[in-house]
Amino acid sequence: MTIRTAITVNGKDTSREVEARTLLVHYLREELGLTGTHIGCDTSNCGACTVLLDGEAAKSCTIFAAQIHDCHVTTIEGAAQADGSFSPMQEGFRQEHGLQCGYCTPGMIMASTALLTENPNPTEEEIRHALEGNLCRCTGYEMIVNAVRWAAENPNFTSGGVK
Amino acid sequence: MSLVGARVLRKEDPNLITGNGQYVDDLQPAGCTSMVFVRSTEAHAKIRSIDTAEALALPGVLAVWTSANVAQLANCPGGLPGLDQPLLAKDIVRFVGEGVAVVVATDRYIAADAAELIIVDYEPLPAVASLSAAMAPGAVVLHEVLGGNTVHFQDFENPLDEAFAAAPRTASLHIVNNRCAPSPIEPNVCLADWGRSGLTLWAAFQAPHHLRNTIAQYFGIPQDSTRVVAPDVGGGFGAKINFVPEFFLTALLSKEIGKPVKYTQTRSECLVAMLHGRAQEHDASVAFDNDGRILALKLTVTQDQGAYPNGTGMGLPVLTTAMAAGCYRIPAVAISWRNVVTNTTPVAAYRGAGRPEASFTIERLIDLIADETGVDPVEVRRRNFIPVDAFPYATHSPLAMYDSGNFAGALDELLKHVNYDELKKEQEKRRQDPAAKLLGIGFASWLEIAGFGPPGSLEAFGHLASWESAQVRIQPDGSAIIFTGASPHGQGTVTTYAQIAADELGIDFDRISVKHGDTAVVPQGIGTMGSRAVAVGGEGVKTASGRVYENAKRIAAHLLEASAEDIIIEDEKFFVKGTPARSVPWSEVAWKSFQPLELPGGMEPGALDSTVFQQVPNFSFPSGAYCCVVEIDRETGGVNIVNMYLVDDCGTVINPLLVEGQVHGGVAQGIAQALYEHMLYDPSGVPRTSTFMDYLVPAASDLPGYVTGRINTPNPSNTLGAKGVGESGSVGAPPAVVNAVVDALSHLGVKHIDMPVTPIKVWNILEGAK
Repeated sequence: MTIRTAITVNGKDTSREVEARTLLVHYLREELGLTGTHIGCDTSNCGACTVLLDGEAAKSCTIFAAQIHDCHVTTIEGAAQADGSFSPMQEGFRQEHGLQCGYCTPGMIMASTALLTENPNPTEEEIRHALEGNLCRCTGYEMIVNAVRWAAENPNFTSGGVK
Repeated sequence: MSLVGARVLRKEDPNLITGNGQYVDDLQPAGCTSMVFVRSTEAHAKIRSIDTAEALALPGVLAVWTSANVAQLANCPGGLPGLDQPLLAKDIVRFVGEGVAVVVATDRYIAADAAELIIVDYEPLPAVASLSAAMAPGAVVLHEVLGGNTVHFQDFENPLDEAFAAAPRTASLHIVNNRCAPSPIEPNVCLADWGRSGLTLWAAFQAPHHLRNTIAQYFGIPQDSTRVVAPDVGGGFGAKINFVPEFFLTALLSKEIGKPVKYTQTRSECLVAMLHGRAQEHDASVAFDNDGRILALKLTVTQDQGAYPNGTGMGLPVLTTAMAAGCYRIPAVAISWRNVVTNTTPVAAYRGAGRPEASFTIERLIDLIADETGVDPVEVRRRNFIPVDAFPYATHSPLAMYDSGNFAGALDELLKHVNYDELKKEQEKRRQDPAAKLLGIGFASWLEIAGFGPPGSLEAFGHLASWESAQVRIQPDGSAIIFTGASPHGQGTVTTYAQIAADELGIDFDRISVKHGDTAVVPQGIGTMGSRAVAVGGEGVKTASGRVYENAKRIAAHLLEASAEDIIIEDEKFFVKGTPARSVPWSEVAWKSFQPLELPGGMEPGALDSTVFQQVPNFSFPSGAYCCVVEIDRETGGVNIVNMYLVDDCGTVINPLLVEGQVHGGVAQGIAQALYEHMLYDPSGVPRTSTFMDYLVPAASDLPGYVTGRINTPNPSNTLGAKGVGESGSVGAPPAVVNAVVDALSHLGVKHIDMPVTPIKVWNILEGAK
């Protein structure tokens, strides 16, 4: 069974006839070619697939593309600022060595971005708690916590369009 | 300014933080198809029949293969002859997760549907899912050719009976070193395209040339038309250096159907099909005097090899027993090991590979000696350390010639951070207060063998050699490209190597690129494992850069009509020392290096291009001192790490930011082994932890912050002085954590707790003491 779904992804309208069971993460990766969103588990534990769904963190491996007709999705490809500068969160991950292999990183950045929207100045404990649904196997998390703090402390960061 | 030692941000990051990384699953060449496995649900069974008819009839299915399709082919490389794993199970399955059939379809959903339609009729056999079951009299035998389940037994050369009989005191421990699933967040992925011009395999792998050489040999095809590419790799931790049937099956099926074939492992598959780590049991005895001085040590390691032993797995107990004595001067050491097969996932390298097990046992024994003698654990360590003037220090093992270290110095540095006396007072106070959480302080003075390695060391694991390649190529504009056979998967090698090369070449860091992971691009290579990328590969970059720089100076001297010995470089400009006003820029030297008419006599174009196969004379020996402080909830048995103090000696630090990242990550995996992770099987061999719902990879909320410190005893085996740091944390953290928990409970007579130290284990101890 196929179904037509229209989703705004990173500000652009997309529309596809998809199998009803198509997962959002496969829609993003395979239909739209947005491969920055990753898949790391089958049980929504790891959070590598985290995107923003109407501004809130959501795990795209447990959502059907057809389920979010007319919704707005932001992926890591849409995380940077309008002028091309890294977002404060992206820059925070770079400055604080919040990533190693980079596989969990897009999900981490999106989940952390959603956290700062809700709570612009989180404590270490609040950050650790908010990121419980995102697993990283490389960093041991302290530098991820530091990255989120960096973004909280530099909300107006811009590289002036330098990517 | 020297870049070696500087906190430089990573070149890798801009792609990875914007979603522009390129992992294998991101590749989708035209016509790409998807392969899905049917994996055994039985731990040990005969396969009566496999019905593939319905699957084959499903529209979109291009091929369904069982063992019948690969009957003429050799078993998967990497195993022991006669005990190796077939590409697809033939007649019999020996562990849950073993591949039984594969489906290739036009997309992954159809392939998964078809796999569901395949009916495998099993005739279950008794299974042995633990070492004790496998070694029990009358146990079912996995491989008839063995006649039993023991693959190899290495007895003591001398069991030290006299030393133990004569010693004032002795103590023993039986230790289970828990089986872990390496669990990189990117599971195994590969994509094969075998067309008329040859085979290309993109694979999430740590050693692409190793895979290229093996796959070409396996198929009997020339290496020139066999290409392996490891693009961005989402973590490896040792699990991505093993040959698994996936690589060979995607290649074969690509050739068969004439299209690219991709296999993307699911997490549930990854937990049972990606090779496991640790899985050892130790019988350890120590003889000592009343002052806590060790007189003799005896260790037998029993290694669970899983269902199909492989070369790396067989090497694990060799490394464990080689490092059995840790950083202590022990007059007599006796080692013994055995390798046993069970109906479980095969076992191989996982971060540290054999050394965390060694460090755990010797550090637990040290605390046991402290407990028995009443001498403080810190003091027992001091009394037994190998002194700084004893290097090079020959151990009981010919593998382990310790070359440097300062074990007492690391412990001193650690104690600057730890308020030990206050903590001990606080511990005593809390023990008297039933409402207070119990406090425990645990130390580990750890040492490992890394920097693999001297000639012969990796050959023993099936590699071509033990060097690492580095090629430095100056471009006509004076920028540099470095090609390395090291194949990073998160370590930041691109940044580290550019730092080393920038110092040697005098070229700006931003004009140096590092290429890796493609056998068609990198001349030759070995790979990234055993904490070798800097100690061997980085040294190669330094050597090759130095050679290029010497030739560049000759060209500059020729252009300046001066002598090469007088030439120095600053800000990418060559000039005669003392006369900076007259200089030639690197870009000009580079440009002219390609022009025969501009070169000094005897020099040929292309002189600014050097390839090195860097050898090192010895392994390296990173060490350190860690301290863990835990609190234990008396009601729940829950263990909370309050502080984790970490002093490392990895020799020269190239980039402190990246070193700290490696330490944190290794420590996190060490804490995970100590408190959370355990691949569990029920007695029939069914895994009980085959998803992330039940295999507990810790999240940010499960782990503490870290306090790091450092000492530096340079590695004498390379000119950088670097020892390697990738595995350190996983070696040092587990004993520190468990020593802390045992310390917290020592007033209850607790001598040892096996990992992982779960709340229920602690709660049972606390309840038992009531």
